[in-house]
Amino acid sequence: MAVGNGMGSAVDDLIELDGVEKVFQVRRKAGLMRRERREVRAVDGISFRVPRGEMVGYIGPNGAGKSTTIKMLTGILVPSGGRLRVAGIDPARERTRLARRIGVVFGQRTTLWWDLPLRDSYALVRRMYRIPDDRYRHNLDRCVELLNLGALLDVPVRQLSLGQRMRGDIAAALLHDPEVLYLDEPTIGLDVVSKAKVREFLRDVNAEQGTTVLLTTHDLTDIELLCKRVMVIDHGRLVYDGGLDGLHAVGESERTLVVDLERELPPIEVPGARTVRVEGPRQWLAFPANSSAAPIVAAVADGWPLVDLSVREPEIEDVIARMLHGAEDRAGRTS
Amino acid sequence: MRLYTAVAVSGFKRYATYRVATVAGVFTNTVFGFILAYTYTALWNERPHLGGYDHAQALTFVWLGQALLAAIGLLGGGFEEELQERIRSGDIAVDLYRPVDLQTWWLATELGRALFQLLGRGVVPMAIGALVFELRMPASPLTWLWFLLTVALAVCVGFAVRYLVSLASFWLLDGAGLSMLSGLLCLFFSGMILPLNVFPGQLGEIARALPWAAMLQVPADVFLEERRGSGLLEAFAFQAGWAVVLLAAGRALQSAATRKVVVQGG
Repeated sequence: MAVGNGMGSAVDDLIELDGVEKVFQVRRKAGLMRRERREVRAVDGISFRVPRGEMVGYIGPNGAGKSTTIKMLTGILVPSGGRLRVAGIDPARERTRLARRIGVVFGQRTTLWWDLPLRDSYALVRRMYRIPDDRYRHNLDRCVELLNLGALLDVPVRQLSLGQRMRGDIAAALLHDPEVLYLDEPTIGLDVVSKAKVREFLRDVNAEQGTTVLLTTHDLTDIELLCKRVMVIDHGRLVYDGGLDGLHAVGESERTLVVDLERELPPIEVPGARTVRVEGPRQWLAFPANSSAAPIVAAVADGWPLVDLSVREPEIEDVIARMLHGAEDRAGRTS
Repeated sequence: MRLYTAVAVSGFKRYATYRVATVAGVFTNTVFGFILAYTYTALWNERPHLGGYDHAQALTFVWLGQALLAAIGLLGGGFEEELQERIRSGDIAVDLYRPVDLQTWWLATELGRALFQLLGRGVVPMAIGALVFELRMPASPLTWLWFLLTVALAVCVGFAVRYLVSLASFWLLDGAGLSMLSGLLCLFFSGMILPLNVFPGQLGEIARALPWAAMLQVPADVFLEERRGSGLLEAFAFQAGWAVVLLAAGRALQSAATRKVVVQGG
């Protein structure tokens, strides 16, 4: 793990995609005997580069092509077109060679063995990746310490909670010092404490080992806390590639202040926010994501009989939806 | 190689954790052993030397069948449902990310499992059978060694057949029907219901040439010392031949499957 952050070194793109496509042939019945062939372009000409040591968010609505991209990056799906390289390797052609250099974590699947204690699963991983003894011990100790796995090592995986299992899975993916780590929904279904622990660990791994990370998630907080760069994919195309602030700005995304009043009242009017919904004594106020909630809360508390309030962060889908609509509107205006 | 040894050990360990299932299995095998033993007793009293077996050999065949049932997977079990489920759910993707060969991996887990089942589910029913009935134990100590070899080959053939059936799930979406069909064929053509040498004429000849014969009939004949000298070599060659052919077919199907792989879900 002598690899640093890649700072100062020549441009060293670990992941390279040039016009990558994946077309699925879907057959379906169209009448009694006839079958219709239909093409589904799951990934429709995507190009991007990820330099070594970068941590990138890869987001998009369900069915946008995220998982298909990851499957092509690991080599289990063969692209229909375009060029794809990971660490200089063509994944589909040399899947096994590449497998030694990448780590994959799926929030909804496990790489661990259900009936075996974590320790035995790790021993298998060690043999599988032919990890030298000292590296294995070093990496395992580190994961055990940072992910609090000590008490869990002898517990069969089926007895672990989701959060524990996820931590176990992340450790399993890192034992062989992968250069690239693909994370597909690593915090899905986790409680707040587990989420925080997982994020902290991922940030450490990225900072200390310079592991390149591609992160798919539905949780905007994951991206906010971990990634400087975010790519948005929709209908198989890359629609945004840049900073998270930019995403909010482009999408003009909004946070929501939910206030509970003492009784039913007409819509609240305060500067900097607009009331988007009223339901009995509860009202929803939208305000720009990049402005502070404090003055709005103060204004509401001043002029209305406030019982309770909460602030909701924008959902990733909403941000993307707004961004896409915004893009269409602008396109409509210019043409 | 060390990897696959570790995999086999993990397969062994895994099944060793199912203690209640093992005890229940031993109980079931023993009960069925008794039922079949009394049925065979009636049959062989009526027709002595049926299929060339004497009374003791017929009963030995029964208890061998019960002892090997779990190890060789004569009634399914083992990796088959697990692999099908992984294909169905898309978890197979996880297996494909690994720098290992899928077939060798599953064969190694199956060998580990089989070794455990042979010890955990085989020894006790056989011992009970031998205590209650008069069985034909091998006269030569070497036969025990040949028996272990023939059982190992039987496990490989059983694995190869079920691997083919499991991989069909890549195309079928639900492999349960095919599994059931394959299970029935196995039950009948392995000799689990009646020894294959009892089958008459052409049916018997065909049955004895099919791969399922390598799974129970051949190991039983080795144990009963019906196969000796060159017969023994022929028996091993028969088993090894089917194992190689079926494993190669499994490999071909596997590469076709991974090429078309549309991992389902997520």
